[in-house]
Amino acid sequence: MPFFEPSDDPGSNFPELLRRLGLADPVSSTASGDASSTLSVPHATTCVALRYDGGVVMAGDRRATSGNIISHRTMEKVVPADRHSGVAIAGAAGAAMEMVRLFQLQLEHYEKVEGSSLSLEGKANQLSMMVRGNLQQAMMGMVVVPIFAGYDRRREIGRLWDFDATGGRYEEKDFVATGSGSLHAGTVIKVGFRTALSRDEALDLALRSLWEAADADSATGGPDLRRGIFPVVASIDADGWTQLDDDELADRYTRIIDGLADAAPPEPATADSGGDAS
Amino acid sequence: MSMPFYVAPEQMMKDRADYARKGIARGRALVALRYSEGVAIVAENASETLRKVSEIYDRIAFAGVGKYNEFDQLRVAGVRAADLKGFQYSRDDVDARSLANSYAQMLGNIFTHEMKPMEVEILVAEVGHDPAGDQMFHILYDGTVVDERDYAAIGGDAEAIRSRLAEGWSEGLDLAAAVQLGLSVLAGDDREISPGDLEVAELSRGNGRRCFQRVDAATVLA
Repeated sequence: MPFFEPSDDPGSNFPELLRRLGLADPVSSTASGDASSTLSVPHATTCVALRYDGGVVMAGDRRATSGNIISHRTMEKVVPADRHSGVAIAGAAGAAMEMVRLFQLQLEHYEKVEGSSLSLEGKANQLSMMVRGNLQQAMMGMVVVPIFAGYDRRREIGRLWDFDATGGRYEEKDFVATGSGSLHAGTVIKVGFRTALSRDEALDLALRSLWEAADADSATGGPDLRRGIFPVVASIDADGWTQLDDDELADRYTRIIDGLADAAPPEPATADSGGDAS
Repeated sequence: MSMPFYVAPEQMMKDRADYARKGIARGRALVALRYSEGVAIVAENASETLRKVSEIYDRIAFAGVGKYNEFDQLRVAGVRAADLKGFQYSRDDVDARSLANSYAQMLGNIFTHEMKPMEVEILVAEVGHDPAGDQMFHILYDGTVVDERDYAAIGGDAEAIRSRLAEGWSEGLDLAAAVQLGLSVLAGDDREISPGDLEVAELSRGNGRRCFQRVDAATVLA
């Protein structure tokens, strides 16, 4: 059982506790050699987040690719960080998943040790430090670029952040997209976005953006109706994290596909995707 | 040349135990008892902010009486040990028994080797996936571990509270009945405790992954 002198106490910081005990922090530990530049490791792709009236919606496809091979079809890249926030990741899947695990644990650890949870901005800062800790690996191709979003209980609004590989932390006002399909997904949201969307509209817009990203980007997976694999889509509001179940996703995608069938055959990329995300 | 006075080991241990017991007896007691959904912990605590009962891990709670800074130190050490174990292995590998053993080692060590023993008694409770899996461990200032099946009382006047619990407890209480029983056994016959002076928490099987939840005594008793 770890016991520290008051002057040497790691406080409520779990990664620091790991370092103090010599259990190398897996996120910031440096990989030896430069084999990773040629290493073909799974990469996770497109995730989006957008604000609506009273919260945020987060969504991510399920595909991970190694080069041009699909390595996983059911990866969950959008996960709850705690009750009122979530994190979505794109980049080297192994490092990203480990970072998310440590991040979730750190939020819970802080909450238990301190007796109250971190502010939303505090959580975003924590994640930024973890991304920065991964910089050395990022230089070798193991880039991790998360999105962090949540409901700020003090300000009573949804907020979202994106990060760059050096730990840069940028709060976005409306929406954010990351990963290989982010250009397409981001454009769909950009065109369809307006202030004070309802939750329902925001969910449909997020789904539509992933649909278009999957249509144009080979590394982004679309809804797989045969296997019953759908993107992970969740909303976070005052009541916390709510993830859509597969039946609801199937319904919503059926509507989107029907809407597409009525329209002219879609041009690639951003063509007529417009604001009519039904 | 000065010679230190010889003190018999028996005497030394007895002095330390008396010292610790005195410190603990001054504090207010708390009880933990099994109810239909898990384990309820009811503490007499006038403070709204300095907690006696808290969460250690998904299914494990901690409660301490005695000197606040000492049992709080133990609480944080427990959270760290549990989170470390869950991180290194799996969340399923964190259990109350091994945590209680670690606490016992630490308290025993401090009791024999440090200048002064810790003036604390602690309780580690775990809610099982079914009622048969509920566990409570009562750890004394000298590292003695006692495992309790249905209920436990720690702190000042614990013996009397325990015997009142033995009379009042039965299998399958609901939360309100458990808190009511906790309130009445803590108060005894010649004292009144208002629900506002209680700190109540539950480890409930129905709470999802994190079973620990604080309960407002006034609401549940209303």
